[in-house]
Amino acid sequence: MSEVKELYQELIVEHSKKPRNFGKLAGANHTATGYNPLCGDKVTVYLTLEGDRVRDIRWEGSGCAISTASASLMTERSKDKPRAETDALFEIFHKLVTGGSLSEQEAGQLGKLAVFSGVKEFPVRVKCATLAWHTLRAALKGEKAVTTD
Amino acid sequence: MTTTETTSVAARPATAKSAGFDAERIRQDFPALRQIINGKPLIYLDNAATTQKPQAVLDALRKFYETECANVHRGLHWMSEEATRDYEGSREKVRQFLGAADTKEIVFVRGTTEAINLVAQSFGRPRFRAGDEILITAMEHHSNIVPWQMLCEQTGAVLRVAPINDDGELLLDEFERLLTERTRLAAVSHISNALGTVNPVARLIEMAHSRKVPVLLDGAQAAPHMPVNVQELDCDFYAFSGHKLYGPTGIGVLYGKAQWLEEMPPYQGGGDMINYVTFEKTTYNALPYKFEAGTPHIAGVIGLGAAVDYLNQIGLERAGAYENELLGYATERVRRIPGVRIIGTAREKAGVLSFEIEGIHPHDVGTILDREGVAVRAGHHCAMPVMDRFGVPATTRASFSFYNTPGEVDALVAGIEKVKEVFG
Repeated sequence: MSEVKELYQELIVEHSKKPRNFGKLAGANHTATGYNPLCGDKVTVYLTLEGDRVRDIRWEGSGCAISTASASLMTERSKDKPRAETDALFEIFHKLVTGGSLSEQEAGQLGKLAVFSGVKEFPVRVKCATLAWHTLRAALKGEKAVTTD
Repeated sequence: MTTTETTSVAARPATAKSAGFDAERIRQDFPALRQIINGKPLIYLDNAATTQKPQAVLDALRKFYETECANVHRGLHWMSEEATRDYEGSREKVRQFLGAADTKEIVFVRGTTEAINLVAQSFGRPRFRAGDEILITAMEHHSNIVPWQMLCEQTGAVLRVAPINDDGELLLDEFERLLTERTRLAAVSHISNALGTVNPVARLIEMAHSRKVPVLLDGAQAAPHMPVNVQELDCDFYAFSGHKLYGPTGIGVLYGKAQWLEEMPPYQGGGDMINYVTFEKTTYNALPYKFEAGTPHIAGVIGLGAAVDYLNQIGLERAGAYENELLGYATERVRRIPGVRIIGTAREKAGVLSFEIEGIHPHDVGTILDREGVAVRAGHHCAMPVMDRFGVPATTRASFSFYNTPGEVDALVAGIEKVKEVFG
C-alpha cells in the first residue's frame, strides 16, 4: 500500500472531499474548460485578471480525487498572484508529477503542492493532476477549451 | 434488486470446481495468468475488454509464422496451400461455432466494430433513404451507435433508441412500439458490455421480423459466454471479436444471411475480392471473398480457429454455467459492502459486474485495485449514454471468465475494502 498511500496523501483526500473555491465566479473576465477525453474528467476555471494579476479564481467540474484535489489546490495557490508566478509554478509542478529533477529552490516553491509527488509513480494519472493547470493556462491565454490530448 | 442467478447462489462456491468445472486446471492453459504484478499474483477481471489467450492459440500463431507463413488463395506452392487450408478450416470452425448454414456467410473482419461498419455502409447506405429509421437500444456500446449516426448523416435516416429501466433491462413494449413501417434495421447488443444485461434477442428478432425489419446482433460480449446459433435465432447479422473470445486481436467475424450478403456491394476494393479486373470494369468475387479485400489477417484467422477449438474442448455451456455462478457469488459479496451500488441489476445477466462506491471516483478505485494486483476497468466502457442514463460519469467494472475463481472474487472484495480505507 505504500505507493497508494504516497499517492493519496491525507491532504489530497481531504481536498477531494471538500474542494476549495468551488463554483462559478461572478464577474470573471477569463474562463476555460479542460477535458480529459480518456477518463471524462472536466474542469472549468473562472478568473478575474486585473492587469497581470489573478485577482480571484474559482472552478467547477467533476473527476477523480487527484484531479479534484489538484484543481482545489491550484486555485488556492494562484489566487491574488501575478500570472508570471503561476506560469512558473506550473512548470515546477509538471516536473514534480512526471518525475523530473527539481532544484532545491524549485522544490521550495512547491509548498502544499508537494503532496502530489506520489503521482510520478502512476504515469496514467499525470493528466489527472495537470488538467486544472492546463485549463488555468488556457484561461489566461484566452482559449475557451483545452483537452489533455 | 437481485438477479435470478444470484438468489440461488448466495454462498461462496466451495472451490473453483463448481458446476462440474475445474477453473484451477483451466488456468494452467493461460500463461499470462501466471504473472506476478506489483508483487502480487495477477487477478485479471477485465475480460469484457479482452481475454487472455490459451497456450493452444499461442501455439497456432507460432506454427503459422514458423512453418506456413504464406499468402492465401494465390500461391501454387506448398506453404500457401497449407495456409489456405488452415485459413478456410477456421472459417468452417466458425461456421459450426455460430451454427450458420454455409461458410460463405462467415466474413472475416478486424472485429465487431468493423463488422457493424461494414453492415452500415454496405447494407444500409445504398438502401436507406431520408426519414428511414434505424432502431438501437439505450445500452449500446459506441460501436453500435456511431456507425449508425454516420449512416444517418449520409442518408438522412433517423436513429431511434429504445429505452431501458433502472435495472438496465430493455423495455420490450417500447422496443416494439418503436418498430414502425419506417424502421429499416434493428441493431441490438446480445449482452451489454457496461451492464451485463442479456437481452431477450429471440423475442426481439421475432418482433422485428413480424414487421419485416432485419436484425443485427452485436455479439461481442455474448459469443464468449454462451453458445450462439444464428439459424435458431434467425438473426440477419451477427458480429463478434476474436480477442474477447480467447483469440488474437485484430480479427473478428461478421455473419450475414447469404441473401443479404449477395445483395450487398463490396465494403472495400482490392485484391482477393475480384473475379476479373480491367480498367473499364471489374467483376467481384463470390461470397465471402467479396468482403475480404486485400491480404487478410491470416494468422489471426488461424488463431481464432484454435480459440474456437479450445472453447469446444472445454464446453462453452459448462463454462458459461460456471461463470454465472461466479458472477452470482461476486454480486452477493459486492452488494453487501456498505456504500456500494451495483449498476446493472437485470434478471438475466452474464459476465459483468459494474458498480460505484459512494463518494469515490472509479479511477481512484481502479488505481488502488491495480496496486492490489486486481485488474478491472474503470471508465465509461465506451458506453457514455449508459453512464448518463444511470447518472454516473463512470463505473468500476469487474468482468469474469471461466478461468476466474471464487478466491479472486474475495481478493476483489478485499481490494474494495482497501479503497474505502484509503478514503476513510
